[in-house]
Amino acid sequence: MNITSARYKNDPVSGKENDIIIAVINDTEWCVPNNAPKNSHYAEIMRQVAAGELTIADAD
Amino acid sequence: MSKAAELAALIGSQTALSNRNLIINGAMQIAQRGTSFAGLGGNAEAYYAIDRIKHLSGGTSAGRYTATQEAITDLAGFPTALKLACTTEDTSIAAGEFFGISHYFEGQNVQRIQKGYSTAKSLTLSFYVKGNASATYTAELKDTDNSRINGQIFNVTTSWTRVELTYPADTTGKLNNDNALSFALNLYLHAGSTYTGGTFINGTWASEVQANRISSSNTSFYDSTNRTFFITGIQLEVGEVATPFEHESYAATLQKCQRYFQKRVFTDADAIWVGANFNATSAYGVIEHIVTMRAEPSGAYSGTLADYKYYSAANTKTPSTMTINSRNSENSSETHIDWSGDLNSGGAGWLRAVGTNAFVQLEAEL
Repeated sequence: MNITSARYKNDPVSGKENDIIIAVINDTEWCVPNNAPKNSHYAEIMRQVAAGELTIADAD
Repeated sequence: MSKAAELAALIGSQTALSNRNLIINGAMQIAQRGTSFAGLGGNAEAYYAIDRIKHLSGGTSAGRYTATQEAITDLAGFPTALKLACTTEDTSIAAGEFFGISHYFEGQNVQRIQKGYSTAKSLTLSFYVKGNASATYTAELKDTDNSRINGQIFNVTTSWTRVELTYPADTTGKLNNDNALSFALNLYLHAGSTYTGGTFINGTWASEVQANRISSSNTSFYDSTNRTFFITGIQLEVGEVATPFEHESYAATLQKCQRYFQKRVFTDADAIWVGANFNATSAYGVIEHIVTMRAEPSGAYSGTLADYKYYSAANTKTPSTMTINSRNSENSSETHIDWSGDLNSGGAGWLRAVGTNAFVQLEAEL
């Protein structure tokens, strides 16, 4: 899975921080649910973060 | 084997007469993501031309290939196949390289194997395959819950051949009964010594040792830009007999695939969702999933923001942002758009496609 960027996005309604992760995966921008370990995109993002291969940028 | 013996074997192995194929989309009918992808390879694993077929690629190989859903007319009963074609060769195979295709199974869908029990069942894998020249590759079953493997080689010729491989029962290691990855079929077409350098497992179940996974006689798919690999009619079933491929309707296969990936394609002015204005500059809507998905999906809109327009109280707005939020479930996804300029807070509205580039895709693959 080729992940070229990732950043958190807050929920504008509830104000919940880091609501989703906007990630470019295999050249497509995906909205990836945060804290969803059964989602394979989320799992791979977290694996790459743990391995030091990817950093998730803060929300704007 | 005579028909009587075949029937006796079926009954003896308690093989189901229907729903016996554990593979989804084995006939390569469904290609929601598209029918042709080029420039594949490198260190990336993903789903491309055929639903439920994951492409495995690791290491730093220079080899590249195309993947297509190929219309075929030389294999009766199978109008489509997955075709892989090498476009950049790699004749210097580094130790850690591998390339292949896989089918991943949820644990709850393979409990019939009874793996890890004293009553564990044998499995028979069958598929039709051909290539531009003779080749030998490796077909591996992997228990990912217990890190156990069993691989066998198979041969490819220039004509369609039905490969039939029986794997013995494994009484070690039960599979989790849930919606996560528990079991995999891996067909390896290229591998370095990290995976071929040991004693090939060759038809027996054992704990995973990387060096024993792939036969040292494996052909490299990347050995020539002439190399092609066609496959269809994949079936994995309980028992020791390869029964005829279990065909099913396009609709039935599509629904099974949509548990893992859904793509909704829209034409000009199609409604995408109906929602409400949360405030003057944003609205929320819900996309109901076509079928219950395996897990909370990721979501993506296609194209550019100009491919969408929001209608509310005789006004239209082109979105300035569009997201699919985390309040998704297996059954629906909440979406959110913003725009500039004011609309009535609390008003209703709907999102429409503009032109023919709009689609929404949801992914909950293993």
